[in-house]
Amino acid sequence: MTRERLTRWLVAGPPFVFMVVFFVLPALIMVAASFRIPGEHGGLAPLHEHGAWQLTPETYAFFFSDFIYTEIFLKSFLVAALTTFLCILMAYPLALLITRVPKRFRDVMILLVVLPFASNFLIRVYAWMIILGPQGALSAAVNRVAGAFGLEPVALLFSPVAVVVGMVYVHLPFMVLPLYTNLEKHDPLLLDAAQDLGANAWQRFWRVTWSLSLPGVYAGSALVFIPVLGMFAVPDILGGTGDILIGNLIKEQFLGTRDWPFGSTLSIMLTLMVLASAALAMRLARRSLAHA
Amino acid sequence: MALLELRHLTRRFGGIAAVDDVSLGIEAGEFFTLLGPSGCGKTTILRMVAGFDLPDGGAILLDGHSLADIPPEKRPLHTVFQSYALFPHLSVADNVGFPLRMARVPAAEARRRVADMLDTVHLADKADAYPHELSGGQKQRVALARGLVGKPRLLLLDEPLGALDHKLRSAMQSELIALQRNVGITFIFVTHSQPEALALSHRIAVMNAGRIEQLGTPAEIYGHPRNRFVADFIGDINLFDAEIVERAQGTLQFAVAGLGHIVAPTVDSPGRRGVFAIRPEQVHIIAADAPTELPNRFPGTLREFLYVGDVTTYQVELDSGVRIQALLPNAAPARPQLAAGARVAVAWAGDAGLFLHD
Ligand SMILES: Nc1ncnc2c1ncn2[C@@H]1O[C@H](COP(=O)(O)OP(=O)(O)OP(=O)(O)O)[C@@H](O)[C@H]1O
Ligand SMILES: [Mg+2]
Repeated sequence: MTRERLTRWLVAGPPFVFMVVFFVLPALIMVAASFRIPGEHGGLAPLHEHGAWQLTPETYAFFFSDFIYTEIFLKSFLVAALTTFLCILMAYPLALLITRVPKRFRDVMILLVVLPFASNFLIRVYAWMIILGPQGALSAAVNRVAGAFGLEPVALLFSPVAVVVGMVYVHLPFMVLPLYTNLEKHDPLLLDAAQDLGANAWQRFWRVTWSLSLPGVYAGSALVFIPVLGMFAVPDILGGTGDILIGNLIKEQFLGTRDWPFGSTLSIMLTLMVLASAALAMRLARRSLAHA
Repeated sequence: MALLELRHLTRRFGGIAAVDDVSLGIEAGEFFTLLGPSGCGKTTILRMVAGFDLPDGGAILLDGHSLADIPPEKRPLHTVFQSYALFPHLSVADNVGFPLRMARVPAAEARRRVADMLDTVHLADKADAYPHELSGGQKQRVALARGLVGKPRLLLLDEPLGALDHKLRSAMQSELIALQRNVGITFIFVTHSQPEALALSHRIAVMNAGRIEQLGTPAEIYGHPRNRFVADFIGDINLFDAEIVERAQGTLQFAVAGLGHIVAPTVDSPGRRGVFAIRPEQVHIIAADAPTELPNRFPGTLREFLYVGDVTTYQVELDSGVRIQALLPNAAPARPQLAAGARVAVAWAGDAGLFLHD
């Protein structure tokens, strides 16, 4: 009994300490920082000065005082939701295809899905600058079509479209893998049973395959939605001046205007929203997982 | 006209015929069984009838119309799979209601029919449970209910009792008979268990290597197997190579390897060589010196016996060295008290046993 307990502590101990030191403490420091006053040259002003504690909820008031911040949050959520949706749309058929090809091709296809991870993330995003750039074949093709309909030429690069394209590209594997893991476990006999009982192709997909894959869809969505919310590199490289998302805003507070308290406040707001959406996703997932 | 007719049905896998020129007709309301050893093509026939596999030759007709161009989801028949294939994400009620939903039966009527069906299979209290919360027998009944609720013309059952333990299996057999009688739906039942086939079926097709060896009622199949394979496959039987020596009034004289001459019932078809087959329960064991009117009587030594509760089977080694099996109910008043090594005699009537051509 005591030995068992000791083992348990030995196993759980190191990760526990790691989480406290590198997650809980920084989070608390961030909460504290959000109530402090920015230093004259960036950083934080002394905590105790002029015979008083220098703490204020001002940054929170400031967040809500200007609608631009709420707007950036909303826009970020929109981009994250759109990216997640497009990832599902593209990853689902791909994952389904991988489960249906002969076994010896499957590993190769999975390897191809994760292969981009082998090269640097920034280089891959920069590559999209060339693909979407004004000299690119894609731009030319799009504008030829636009021209045929009598529309003004459009720029693909440095636009919200480029941001979403980049986001989808970067996060697609995180949707494909959980979907594949889920779809691969489905019993093919269930589709036969459904067909035998009168289900046509669409009903078989919707009532059996899709329903059974919901846990995978939720897992993939969490893996895409949450990182997209905080991503600043893609909008930085592919977005225009107006395409700032939460990630850029926070980065700007720490590296640009050097307003650490406001940066902390933004981070806390983001964390709260991520937690809220993660809780929602988990509730949905648990409901469908319970019977899988 | 038969409800379902198979005409020269053939299916080959890589040159080998899994189903080889099978023709049969199944009447409405019948409990029809395909019986045969593993790999004889039973599942392949069911899959072709359900539409999941296409014949290489022959035709499948329902009410006289070919099913060839009708996809599985449009065929008015349902299947109960051996592994049940229940939808894990749907409750029992939703599983059973699935075919009604696909057929766009109005919700209120569907609910009523599902409730009725669950009552019939004694699962009314499990309507909201999920498949992983059910026992094997309960899953089995959900699968049956799901197959029956849409009132198909035909229900195909592929070894539906295979995964159940012995006791549950017997219980489900009785339920299955009652259920089939109540709903009046034609069953095509697949099994490789001959006692199960005998107990359940109106008619049985005994299959071997893709062909039908014999088609008949359980009594016909058991009492008059048509050849060595059927005789051997259905129940225990003693088989001896035999040759006809003389035909006389109603009986034949045989030269049987290891037995000498015996008297046995006549056969209509000609031919001299074949097997003599006799069921263990037709063989009597009597004291070595006891008199008997039975025409076939051979002395021997009791070698082993196997007590299985209701009956005992005896292995007797005849003086010629041939072994023969006899079976006696333990409740029989004349059951001899015997020990291994005892001198006994076996005897049987002149109208017992069968001569089968090879
Ligand atoms: N898809 C297939 N491809 C190749 N061979 C097959 C296929 N399906 C069945 N067979 C072969 O056809 C023969 C009959 O198979 P089938 O499944 O019909 O047997 P069965 O009578 O149902 O046996 P069991 O009692 O073991 O279920 C077997 O030899 C099997 O190997
Ligand atoms: Mg089979």
